[in-house]
Amino acid sequence: MVNGESQPLPPGGTLDEVLAAAGLAGRPVAIEVDGEVVPRSGFADRRLAGGERIEIVTFVGGG
Amino acid sequence: MEQGSIGREDLAVAAEPPLTVGGVTLASRLIVGTGKYATYAEMARCLEASGTDCVTVAVRRERLVNAAGENILDHLDASRYTLLPNTAGCYTADEAIRVARLGRELLRDMGSAAADWVKLEVLGDQKTLLPDPVGTLAATERLVADGFTVLVYTSDDPIVARRLKELGAASVMPAGSPIGSGQGILNANNLRICMEYLKDGDPSYPVIVDAGVGTASDVAAAMELGVDGVLLNTAIAQAAEPLRMAAAMRAACFAGRQAFRAGRIPRRLYATASSPDEGRVGSLR
Repeated sequence: MVNGESQPLPPGGTLDEVLAAAGLAGRPVAIEVDGEVVPRSGFADRRLAGGERIEIVTFVGGG
Repeated sequence: MEQGSIGREDLAVAAEPPLTVGGVTLASRLIVGTGKYATYAEMARCLEASGTDCVTVAVRRERLVNAAGENILDHLDASRYTLLPNTAGCYTADEAIRVARLGRELLRDMGSAAADWVKLEVLGDQKTLLPDPVGTLAATERLVADGFTVLVYTSDDPIVARRLKELGAASVMPAGSPIGSGQGILNANNLRICMEYLKDGDPSYPVIVDAGVGTASDVAAAMELGVDGVLLNTAIAQAAEPLRMAAAMRAACFAGRQAFRAGRIPRRLYATASSPDEGRVGSLR
């Protein structure tokens, strides 16, 4: 699950690959996997088993 | 001179130590939100006109389809503005802490002096957007323990305000009235008591009015009470002419601050003449 939606993830894929598939490579995002923030430096190495709950967030306008 | 702008001589007169929150210095006493603008370009122009150097941002899910659109960071120079991520839309301490951590991760590597800042909101319900004091206290304690510099949105309740400071909040930010309501300062006396309690033996402790501003006079009124700053968003973004209102807010903040420092005259029930009694023409008879 990515941002509450079912997403086909490549098995054994990395967070970098998830971002690339969403067109978000290099964009200012933060990622949480199963409730834990993954630092940007870990995007390339963090492999997904499947079934994780992933949140990809960014800044938007707000007060 | 541009309408609403402030002259150089005025600024010289106004010279005073800048606002410091959690060890970070802000040149402006206005903190301005980035929500509800028609476009990011309009937002950027309004921020400039407001004179602010600290802006709030929200943390939200990235779009996964068509994601390659504009990002607000394309329109906010992080070397010019201190970014203050909020936890808007959170109704429990757990949610707020989760969002605060994501916001801190987004700030990482941006070179911000305020990389551990969060504007904490734990809301009670959607109708009022009033803070949940129990959740707000719990989240403040946990975020402070986690190394955050917590600027906390709260009600104008002086007892809760004092508890938040005791828990380590870097700034307590009482609401003037409900978020986005434009009702201004509804209970100036509570704010006065908040100020007295929060600044007791600690006069530089920053107290910032967060929420409720409808127009420029609300900012001036808050600043005249002696608060250290005002945080607003909707009053500029949803004004008929946002850019003009941004300039008005800047001038109002300046006017209110200077009036506070100058010291207003006491209110009296009866008149006191400004012109001398002596030498009146009628007295020649």
